[in-house]
Amino acid sequence: MSIMEKSRPFPATLPTHKLKSPIIKKESKWRNTLIGIVLPLVILLIWQTLSGLKIISPILFPSPVSIAKEFYDMFLTGELLTHLNISVQRAALGFLLGGSLGLLIGLIVGLKKRAEHIMDPSLQMLRTVPHLAITPLFILWFGFGEVSKVLLIALGAFFPLYVNTFLGVRSVDGKLFDVAKVLEFNRFHQITKLIIPSALPNILLGLRLSLGVAWLGLVVAELMGSSEGIGYMIQDARQFSRTSAVFVGIIIFAVVGKLVDSVVRLLEERLLRWRDSYQG
Amino acid sequence: MGEFVLTIHQLNKTFFTDENRTQALSGINLQVKDNEIITIIGPSGCGKSTLLKIVAGLDLDYDGIVLVGGSQVESPGRDKGFIFQEHRLFPWLTVEKNIAADLDLKDPEVRAKVDRVIELVKLKGFEKSYPKQLSGGMSQRVAIARALIRNPKILLLDEPFGALDAFTRSHLQESLLDIWKENQTTMLLVTHDIDEAIFLANRIVVMDARPGKIKGIIPVELHHPRNRAGVAFMEMRKEVLKVLEYAEETSNSWEI
Ligand SMILES: Nc1ncnc2c1ncn2[C@@H]1O[C@H](COP(=O)(O)OP(=O)(O)OP(=O)(O)O)[C@@H](O)[C@H]1O
Ligand SMILES: [Mg+2]
Repeated sequence: MSIMEKSRPFPATLPTHKLKSPIIKKESKWRNTLIGIVLPLVILLIWQTLSGLKIISPILFPSPVSIAKEFYDMFLTGELLTHLNISVQRAALGFLLGGSLGLLIGLIVGLKKRAEHIMDPSLQMLRTVPHLAITPLFILWFGFGEVSKVLLIALGAFFPLYVNTFLGVRSVDGKLFDVAKVLEFNRFHQITKLIIPSALPNILLGLRLSLGVAWLGLVVAELMGSSEGIGYMIQDARQFSRTSAVFVGIIIFAVVGKLVDSVVRLLEERLLRWRDSYQG
Repeated sequence: MGEFVLTIHQLNKTFFTDENRTQALSGINLQVKDNEIITIIGPSGCGKSTLLKIVAGLDLDYDGIVLVGGSQVESPGRDKGFIFQEHRLFPWLTVEKNIAADLDLKDPEVRAKVDRVIELVKLKGFEKSYPKQLSGGMSQRVAIARALIRNPKILLLDEPFGALDAFTRSHLQESLLDIWKENQTTMLLVTHDIDEAIFLANRIVVMDARPGKIKGIIPVELHHPRNRAGVAFMEMRKEVLKVLEYAEETSNSWEI
């Protein structure tokens, strides 16, 4: 809170929001990124050496260099981008569907006690059913086509946003509600100026988790049978024992997942600038 | 009754909990004129906050009559500005947006009002700061600005400076008086601090606990600016203490 500044005499004219020099901040950011790279780099080096010396089987563990070469070849033939494109579309569609429903229903259930009593028990029950258990049912209902894949992803993406939005709405500070009353906020302003901003940290956390689950759901959906997509690419490579292509697929999953997560974190940083919590 | 900004007549308030009933306020009568500053002082638990909440419309469950601007208080509202002990700013809004709150800052009229009130509470240069970047005293001034911009008929302050250090507190008391002079705001201010009560008040309401009632109302006729170390101020302090101690003695005997 404001303890540090409490004993400050009267307002100096200097605005306080630029105390940290941006240059120092940027430098340490770079340093942090560099530190994060060290560990993977060391592992890659060891791996390359072991594989090169044939201490580990190059068939089961193709060396990083040969994986990189495979990656490059698949990129050149356009194979990689075609599959990636399909996968991203599926995940995005499923996420948009499930995530927006989760956000919406989370808001409604959070705002209306009545809605909570009606919906929350059923939703909580559904939430505990694992993905893999539902997959056969979806295949029976919707076949192996796009619909069942997208719905499977949507189902996974729904819950994190639902649960966290609900939680966020319910943890709005009651004292600020009194302020909203005194200032005569109408219902619309109460929601847009108080409830949503206050629930935003939780909503963004839900968003991150939802995106993660959508990406995981994609793997399940594509491994269950498909003719396109990164999941299919992996499955296909396995059949022909192209281990390096399997690795390429895994790496793609990891990189895209991380990329999306970073975008959300950036969004978090921008939207939650006002927060006064421990930054590590 | 029309000439009074606030009229309280035979106000009684009882809290019912599972096994207990607490008479928080008993037979309160008070009339506040336009442009008056009333400070309320009294032992902890004598119902000061309860009284203020009732006037604000935050608590509607009471017996008696409470009129603000001649009409019965039916709900909280902008005409009854409320300053809580903690600033209660929206942490996600900058200073100017906190002050505007549900008003649209893009509206030139609102913009002008916000700028004026920021100047009034001496926060120029901090418009774009977030609450976490402000000191306690500055935050409380933003809260005051947020209430003032809505032109309240009466400003209700519940120990607004209670959480601040002595230095900041006395500075804010002076700011409050400046605002009062410039803006002609009627105020009802609860405090624990006798000096604060004397420094600000046109009249001091001394309350007594169990049940909460008014023990005495002391007019303060010292000229502004009031000198806290002056003889007249000392005399005033003695007078208030006399009423207060009398109040506390009776409240203690009540307990036994
Ligand atoms: N919500 C409540 N339910 C039950 N009793 C309450 C409630 N709020 C206050 N009381 C009781 O009413 C009495 C007056 O409380 P109030 O908060 O108005 O005191 P106060 O004068 O503001 O005290 P302080 O100076 O410590 O802030 C107290 O005895 C308290 O226990
Ligand atoms: Mg109180």
